[in-house]
Amino acid sequence: MESTIVKSVDYNAYFGDNHVVKNVNIDIPRNNVIAVMGPSGCGKTTFLRGINRMHELIPGATAKGQILLNGEDVMEMHPIFVRLKIGMVFQRPNPFPNLSIYDNVIAGYKLNGIKLPKAEKDKIVEHSLTRVALWKEVKDSLTKKGSFLSGGQQQRLCIARAVAMEPEVLLFDEPTSALDPISTSTVEELFHELKKNYTLIIVTHNMQQAARVSDKTAFFYMGELVEYDETKQMFTNPKDTRTQNYITGRFS
Amino acid sequence: MESSVDTNLATRPNDNLGRVVSLKPEGTVSTTKRIKRSFRQIRAEKVFRRTLIIVALVMVALVLGIMLTLVYESTLSIKSSGIGYLWGKTWDPVRDIFGAYPFILGTLLTSFLALFISIPFSFAVAVFLGEYYPEGWFSNLLKNTVELIAAVPSVIYGFWALAVLVPIVRSFESKIGVEPVGLGIFSSALILAVMIIPYAASLGRSMIHMVPSNLKEAAYSLGATRWEVIRAVIFPYTKSGLFAGVLLSLGRALGETMAVTMVIGNTSLIPKSIFAPGNTMASVIANEFTEADHPVYLSALIELGLVLFLVTVVINMIGKKMVSRFTNE
Repeated sequence: MESTIVKSVDYNAYFGDNHVVKNVNIDIPRNNVIAVMGPSGCGKTTFLRGINRMHELIPGATAKGQILLNGEDVMEMHPIFVRLKIGMVFQRPNPFPNLSIYDNVIAGYKLNGIKLPKAEKDKIVEHSLTRVALWKEVKDSLTKKGSFLSGGQQQRLCIARAVAMEPEVLLFDEPTSALDPISTSTVEELFHELKKNYTLIIVTHNMQQAARVSDKTAFFYMGELVEYDETKQMFTNPKDTRTQNYITGRFS
Repeated sequence: MESSVDTNLATRPNDNLGRVVSLKPEGTVSTTKRIKRSFRQIRAEKVFRRTLIIVALVMVALVLGIMLTLVYESTLSIKSSGIGYLWGKTWDPVRDIFGAYPFILGTLLTSFLALFISIPFSFAVAVFLGEYYPEGWFSNLLKNTVELIAAVPSVIYGFWALAVLVPIVRSFESKIGVEPVGLGIFSSALILAVMIIPYAASLGRSMIHMVPSNLKEAAYSLGATRWEVIRAVIFPYTKSGLFAGVLLSLGRALGETMAVTMVIGNTSLIPKSIFAPGNTMASVIANEFTEADHPVYLSALIELGLVLFLVTVVINMIGKKMVSRFTNE
């Protein structure tokens, strides 16, 4: 099923007077992995944070244009509902240090004051941890603090925490840049599993990663969406010279 | 030749004592000159370190000295009243009966009541300045005002309390049907509450400000509201700091003398309610020290100082312990 789930229309984002994302129009198909790449400061992270309206949490940050989720403009929705439908995983693993592994997974429910019966919570925890291939490793230490895990496990715990809310889209902001190579490949393998149920948008400045994990790739440069195409097409036959220069390593 | 010395030192930053013989060809700087200079530096270093140690030891000695003086000066009273001093209910200098219970009770009552009243305000200010509006002219104004509260001399609070607070409390008391004195435990607690707000507020503010933004963002990304972020992320993360601030406030309340003395009513009777007049350890010492006309009386007052000293030390130690337990978690 190749239908659009997220669509941006003339999306612009600013930090004060600084225009960081310029007129981005993009169609993101359901159950795909989309890589967003580009040099540092190209606006890729800001665009990602615009999708679930995290961008506007920063004082002085504003945005214009539309981000459509299933045809509905998220700019018109309450940010809390947006964030329940669009989960996010950050650059550095950030499990809540004062909560156990179990509580970290259902943190979204706790934060929103949703009371669930114990059996249902157990089910969500097991299901979410299984989805991120962490269940076997932690099922005997669910009451331990989340910070007790290794960096890669912590990051998967954070993905489980986002998955537990059953969002439609998962945003990843350079999810492996703080991880070692082995943890990185575990997380990358996870993407292939997760895309069966979710749509994944992954910001990365690691081109090999984009090539490995994504179905489509978007290349941002100086706040503009320069090129957006099938990943294979993009890496073998880029249309724009700026993309070509980036891919061949002429700038980074 | 001096200039060549400087460049030489600058190019070798690791050699911070300049001890090593010049690598430059002979004739640029005299080696003995440099060695002499480096010896001087080493000596200065030693002198500096010794000064620091001495100053630090003086601090320890001072506190120990104060405590020993208190113990020594109160031996007379300890001998005559014994341990019963702590729960003796009568304080009658004329008959040489000294029981500190009314004042210990008065101190604890005023301090904890003040703490209870001030905590909501301190935490509100801390959250407002730490999370909601860390910058901007209004938060600067608020921050400076709150800090100014700590800088105002306490006698001024005493005056203000006498002129404004006591009449208000008096009319409140007559409305709820207790004896309308105005002066008393309640008025003291109110003025104390105002005075101790800044301690918990400014420590709380800096702790809340230090909460890593990636934790807050994690909560926001899960659909949390601002209040939910404060409740579920910021408070658990900063609880030790907030608690430490509360203890600072408590320490200040326990020892506060002037403002309390002016509005507490100064009676040696055990307060019957929080609206009754009473006395605190600190204000008894301040009031009666000049009247203490015989040695046992004087010694009894000093013993009161010793008790106050120990109470504050114990509360501080409990606080430190709890803070470290929170932080280790």
